[in-house]
Amino acid sequence: MPRTESPTRRWIRSAVSIFKKDWHSELRTRYAISALVMFVVTTISIMVFALGSESAPADVLSGMLWVVIFFAAMSGLSRTFVTEEERGTAMTLQLLATPGAVFCGKLLFNLVLVVGVNAFTVLLYTVFLSGFVIKTFSIFFFTILLGSIGLAASSTIIAGIIAKANTKGTLYPVLSFPILLPLLLTCINGTRLAAEGAFIEEAVGEFQFLVSYIVVVITASTVLFEYIWKD
Amino acid sequence: MSLLLEAHGLKKVFNRRVIFQNISFTVQERQTLLVTGRNGSGKSTLVKILGDVLSPTEGTVVLKQASDANVGKRVDWIGLVSPYLQLYDEFSAEENLQLACAMRGLRWHADDIHALLKKVFLYERRNDAVRTFSSGMKQRMKYAFALVHRPPILILDEPTSNLDTEGIQMVKDIMREQQEQGILIVATNDLTDVETYDLQVDLNAPH
Repeated sequence: MPRTESPTRRWIRSAVSIFKKDWHSELRTRYAISALVMFVVTTISIMVFALGSESAPADVLSGMLWVVIFFAAMSGLSRTFVTEEERGTAMTLQLLATPGAVFCGKLLFNLVLVVGVNAFTVLLYTVFLSGFVIKTFSIFFFTILLGSIGLAASSTIIAGIIAKANTKGTLYPVLSFPILLPLLLTCINGTRLAAEGAFIEEAVGEFQFLVSYIVVVITASTVLFEYIWKD
Repeated sequence: MSLLLEAHGLKKVFNRRVIFQNISFTVQERQTLLVTGRNGSGKSTLVKILGDVLSPTEGTVVLKQASDANVGKRVDWIGLVSPYLQLYDEFSAEENLQLACAMRGLRWHADDIHALLKKVFLYERRNDAVRTFSSGMKQRMKYAFALVHRPPILILDEPTSNLDTEGIQMVKDIMREQQEQGILIVATNDLTDVETYDLQVDLNAPH
């Protein structure tokens, strides 16, 4: 096979092919999508039944939205690495691609998955929880977008760590919670500002924090992933 | 382009148990290396270390070109067939080979992949999911998977396991071709053709 292309082009092709492989595999098996969608539908149904005709305040509903998003992510985003370990294909992947390309491909897959699921969650949440009204759409859009990227970045590196452990299911939310707490608190605050009808200037601090969080997590992950990935 | 694969003082420890230590050898192009040892002596572990999918506790593995040109990542030079290697069984045989090329960052030609599938006698089943294959067919697929990027170094761990007579002959042909053009490393307990190897590492011998 020809090896005439630059290493950068080969790296990009490798990362994109890992993303495509995971995506096609997901479409055929539907492990993660099913888990995520079922979790979101079940949780929002329980919330609707629990609230009944009562109407919760906007800040409570903002917090509850991110509770649903956090636990939905915990139920599905670890699959990307856990399936490779469980099926014994982790070694195959180590043999085929560099750690950087593996992390980037997996991050891309989790990002698409989490953005899709968050859009679905927000849609259901808005339709079924009548008390949840967004007054400043731009704040809400950027909070969900940056929150999703941060969630995908953290979830991917933590999934890489817990995939090697024996107690994967319980370890994932436990390990994720302290790392995701600053992100979740900022996203809850951003969502509350959007529900209260704040001006976008008031949410700049939240956006700056979310961008910084994403940069720090992705930078640290690309440095550390090689040591996590290789035994 | 003359290749050298050098191992210096390799040691592997799992859970405080020393699997092997002081393993050193140099194997060059058109040479063959046989790795032997009892069950549990660390043959597969050594193969994984040579294949750059496992780190040694001590020691180094170095791949060199006689011209001192940069060799880059070792995995680009290596094809590995091992019982521990699993394929993506929800994909077809042809898709697995396309994936192997793409994940290595290489372009592929359908003709090359078809030729390889014919070589391992799986061309007729190229569109079937690997999960429908027998263990022997999966072993043949591993050979196609290992050879798809034409590696100068081929590492085989228990090369004929699960194979029928036709499959064993296929492996012998592949080993002969590799002997003529690159480095061949075989880890096995089958010592029937031991005299055909240039070098031998016995993991049970005192090091």
